[in-house]
Amino acid sequence: MPSFLPNRGPGRLIVVEGIDGSGKSTQIALLSQWLRLRGFAVAFSEWNSSPLVKETTRRGKKKEMFTPTSFSLIHATDFADRMERYILPLLKAGAVVCADRYAYTAFARDVVRGVDRAWVRNLYRFALKPDLAFYFKVPLETALGRILGGRNALKYYEAGMDLGLSRNIEESFRIFQGRILGEYESMIEEMGFHVIDATHSIEAQQKEMRRIVLREFGLVRPPGVLGVDLNAARLHA
Amino acid sequence: MPDYKDRQPLSYYRTALPGVDYSELQGKLIVIEGPDAVGRSTQIRGLKPWLEELGHAVLDTGMARSALAGKGIKEAKQGNTLGPVTMTMYYLTDFADRLENEIIPALRAGVVVLTDRYIYSVMARAIARGENRAWMEKAAGFALVPHAVFYLRAGVQDLISRVVVGRGAFDYWESGLDTGFGRNMYDSFVRYQSRLIRVFDSLADPYGFEVIDATRPPVEVFESLKASVSRVFEPQEQPRKPVQPVQAIRAVKAAARRE
Repeated sequence: MPSFLPNRGPGRLIVVEGIDGSGKSTQIALLSQWLRLRGFAVAFSEWNSSPLVKETTRRGKKKEMFTPTSFSLIHATDFADRMERYILPLLKAGAVVCADRYAYTAFARDVVRGVDRAWVRNLYRFALKPDLAFYFKVPLETALGRILGGRNALKYYEAGMDLGLSRNIEESFRIFQGRILGEYESMIEEMGFHVIDATHSIEAQQKEMRRIVLREFGLVRPPGVLGVDLNAARLHA
Repeated sequence: MPDYKDRQPLSYYRTALPGVDYSELQGKLIVIEGPDAVGRSTQIRGLKPWLEELGHAVLDTGMARSALAGKGIKEAKQGNTLGPVTMTMYYLTDFADRLENEIIPALRAGVVVLTDRYIYSVMARAIARGENRAWMEKAAGFALVPHAVFYLRAGVQDLISRVVVGRGAFDYWESGLDTGFGRNMYDSFVRYQSRLIRVFDSLADPYGFEVIDATRPPVEVFESLKASVSRVFEPQEQPRKPVQPVQAIRAVKAAARRE
């Protein structure tokens, strides 16, 4: 277990992890909605979304300037900014913060890129320990089918093209995602993930997540956890 | 005085960078460190042409000058929302980009790299702001161990007179205003810079800094820097063929003079 900092709350931090195409974003969106309708003040934070480093990341990607180390560090910068400015103060205020990807994404991806395992785990020591971390376990072929079927063209770093695994971008993506999957699988126990079988129906997965949230947080909003006016929540939902 | 001959070949502190063959690195890595306004850039402006005069190719580099993150850091510092951990991570990104894309290629080509600040400044700023030292040392552990680190040391009063005379005003970040060290820029500058100096002092031994008294006039500082930098290049002058008795005697005498 990496030495994350304890979340001294009173808010709650829920994170979802898994490879591309595991369905985690759909599930965290549904869970956020449900929590809002149960009267919780919910905030959402997405991987690689800090406005502070956006331009730098864009420049690095466009010009293919990143090395495994600088790629890892710019994502840590992005994460630090969201942690300091957004996640931490919201948790102090008592919100439920839902994060789509967390430090574990760096632990999986950056290690596949060749970055030292212990180094990247140390880098994120400033992160707060999530109250709940869901891992969406899915076979590689299922996830690839979801991604390669529908979406737009794959991007250079997303497909791990910087690793020189294959000159074919789809083939590179396959190998890259396969290796990331391996890293995630080896983290399950170390990180105490709640594993969700992402081959099940969307409804069944959501039901399982809600069951775990209720078990961990209780049926009634815990003291200190920020509530919202239910009517207002319904209007905005 | 550190024995620079023991510092070959170049290596990393804790963590190897993926894809770097350290045995290929031929050049010299020389670091000028010290607090804000201590006169580092003035000295580097003098050292670079002096080294070139001696026949060395020189690359000078410094914090927040990377092609990747330099611009982003400057923009981030314009706002007032840059947190201490974010700032540290951003500086490390900038450092990694310069290390891998400028410093290492230059060293591979046998160039002398003269750098204005190094990871020690990133570490000192983070530690002075209350961040964990062990965390910082591990995070920056991919840095190369330089051939020499010259720490320009001065007291906070010396820095103040240089800020007032040289720049005419206190800077927001140099005063540590982001973490509320004082109610006005002067008080904050004194407290923050005093703390920074203490952190630099604490890094001097573990990281083998050679302390240069920077309270003296710049010309004097330059003379002692030149003398110290020269010693970094001594191993190159050692003869490769078996030492002749006469040469050996000369070498001993020269060593005695240096003592």
